[in-house]
Amino acid sequence: MSLESISEGRGKKLNILVCVKQVPDTKIIKVNPKTNTLDRSSAPAILNPYDAHAVQEAVRLKEIHGGKVTVLSMGPPQAKEAIKKCVEIGADEGFLISDRRFAGADTLATSYALYKAVQKLMKQDGGIDLILCGKHAIDGDTGQTGPGIARRLLIPPLTNVIKVAEVNLEDRKIQVHRKIEDGYELIESAIPCLLTVEKEINEVEYSPLPNMLKAARYTPIVWTVDDLEDVDIKQLGLKGSPTIVGKMWPPAKSEGAQILAGDSREQVREAVSIMLQQRELFKVKGGERV
Amino acid sequence: MPEKFDVIVVGAGPAGTSCAYTCAKNGLKVLLIERGEFPGAKNVMGGILYRKQMEEIIPEFWKEAPLERPVVEQRFWFLDKESMVTTSYKALEWGKEPFNNFTVLRAKFDKWFASKAVEQGAVLINETVVLECIVEDGKVVGVRTDRPDGDVYADVVVLADGVNSLLAKSLGFHKEWKPEEVALTVMEVMKLPKKVINERFNVNDDQGVSVEIFGDSTKGALGTAFLYTNKDSLNIGVGTTLSGMIKKKMKPYELLEYVKEHPMIKPYIDGAETEEYLAHLIPEGGYNSVPKLVGDGVIVTGDAAQLVNAIHREGSNMAMTSGRLAAETIMRAKESEDYSERTLDYYRTAIYDSFIGKDLKKYKDATHVFEENPQYFEQYIPLMNRAMGTFFTVDGTPKREKQSKIIKSFTGKNGRLGVAKDLYRAWRVVK
Repeated sequence: MSLESISEGRGKKLNILVCVKQVPDTKIIKVNPKTNTLDRSSAPAILNPYDAHAVQEAVRLKEIHGGKVTVLSMGPPQAKEAIKKCVEIGADEGFLISDRRFAGADTLATSYALYKAVQKLMKQDGGIDLILCGKHAIDGDTGQTGPGIARRLLIPPLTNVIKVAEVNLEDRKIQVHRKIEDGYELIESAIPCLLTVEKEINEVEYSPLPNMLKAARYTPIVWTVDDLEDVDIKQLGLKGSPTIVGKMWPPAKSEGAQILAGDSREQVREAVSIMLQQRELFKVKGGERV
Repeated sequence: MPEKFDVIVVGAGPAGTSCAYTCAKNGLKVLLIERGEFPGAKNVMGGILYRKQMEEIIPEFWKEAPLERPVVEQRFWFLDKESMVTTSYKALEWGKEPFNNFTVLRAKFDKWFASKAVEQGAVLINETVVLECIVEDGKVVGVRTDRPDGDVYADVVVLADGVNSLLAKSLGFHKEWKPEEVALTVMEVMKLPKKVINERFNVNDDQGVSVEIFGDSTKGALGTAFLYTNKDSLNIGVGTTLSGMIKKKMKPYELLEYVKEHPMIKPYIDGAETEEYLAHLIPEGGYNSVPKLVGDGVIVTGDAAQLVNAIHREGSNMAMTSGRLAAETIMRAKESEDYSERTLDYYRTAIYDSFIGKDLKKYKDATHVFEENPQYFEQYIPLMNRAMGTFFTVDGTPKREKQSKIIKSFTGKNGRLGVAKDLYRAWRVVK
């Protein structure tokens, strides 16, 4: 899929696709102490918070430039609820790809499946200008699926976006602020491209009542593998997932941590002086100095 | 342009959902508004759901609804410090179709019930607070929510917004409830393995027990504690009238701790782990506290209308029936397109003609009399315990002597006349 064809025939309105995921609310989820796996029944399923910001940003851009906000998700049938939440925020339409053959997918297989759905959506809608994703899902924290989709579509992935500064539909260019260690960088990219967004990009607004009513009545469109075209079944689901989870455990809670203030220079200076004072920090297990 | 519905129901509890379900099933365009994250998220009751009134809305609901256990035994404990007099009734018949009542967890049940209303075509929105009724020319014509562009209109607004019903209050239907008109109940859901519950309560997997506990469980205040069996948890709680808490200077959570530590109760919950802590007000003013029930374009249902029978701990069933009667009233009004107070008054008549009005009337003075005469809970329950203790302790005292000692213990303070008066008074309020 080439850059031209994805935006082929695009007019002056902005067609935005937002990829979202339904996740267990990790703020309250419990870890099963015996198996060290997440006890998914212990937490309600929610729309991934970063994705909510992505949808909100898409809605904001649509208000400025006109166009359409479409949502795409992969998951079990109950993930329809997450899509309805997006409609509450202001999305126009939502698609769920749901099929047992997608199950057990890691980020590689997920981005492949979503890529196939994006291709189908592009055909339907005559092109997509922007794809937005949250920076990562709070259940896996990998942040790979978004860039994975961009790579397959051969469009630029712009990660950790904290502001969309400008969208120029005439020249088909976009300027965004990317969060980096020491501030942000302002970069320009061609459209179409894919953004993954940080929470700082906006405040998710309290949805207006008409959106709530629309969402309550809305039924997302569900596609199975058979609804997608030219799918290589081997690249889907568990079969298409090279990732192996060896072991999982909750991180040990360390105590007495100290958080250093100031800019990075001051922090480094402070850290070095602590390390020089507390030489025992450099002892290895046997008590020997390193 | 704000949307207009046939009916807006405020609150997705038993009353509101029953109304929304019945209206939607009969083809009305219904909006059900819930302030919680989902229906049930904020709803609390001790945990008994009555089959009969629910079945009138969804026949054979037990085949599908998320229920805990059908109750096969109702126990009543009259508690003293280290003893209790008990009575109970157990019927295996209650464990089979069509059942009598069930224990439920409201977060699950209410969610399911609301989903059935949605299946019938009701539009449900959550996390939305109704701020006020929109009144035009003295008629309620819609509601204003806390959301942007938050006005929405309807021919009839049904208030099922619970005990405090700020909406009915702001319409002037009732004043702030007095402390003796509401009970404060606190409860915990405590996790306990199914097998342990079965052993402790002498039941099998598909049988449940309800225990109502009077006397020392409220330190003699007007109220009860309760213990209900779920599938793999127990609901334990205690409630007294707000005025009782104030009079005895009790803090609700301290009272619940007292109940949990009571030597007669503790063995039942031993080893159970607290999963949830809930607290709620229950409208217990009864017949005399029922507010104005209808106005132009508006109907009040359930707890918002004080429809609770405190003596028989019935409330959710009355809520359901009131919701259904509200729906039937609206369908009648729809025929003539007349939603005036006069037409909707059919609802008020229907409530008072049903078991709701009749039962509330039967016990109309009960709360008041027990509140004014604390001796029933404070003195007679300990006396009952001592009487049984005296009579059944084998200590060589002749039985006749024991009897006269027991009678003296009852009449000592108030004399025979006092006891006779108390008995007569108690009989009068429940007759």
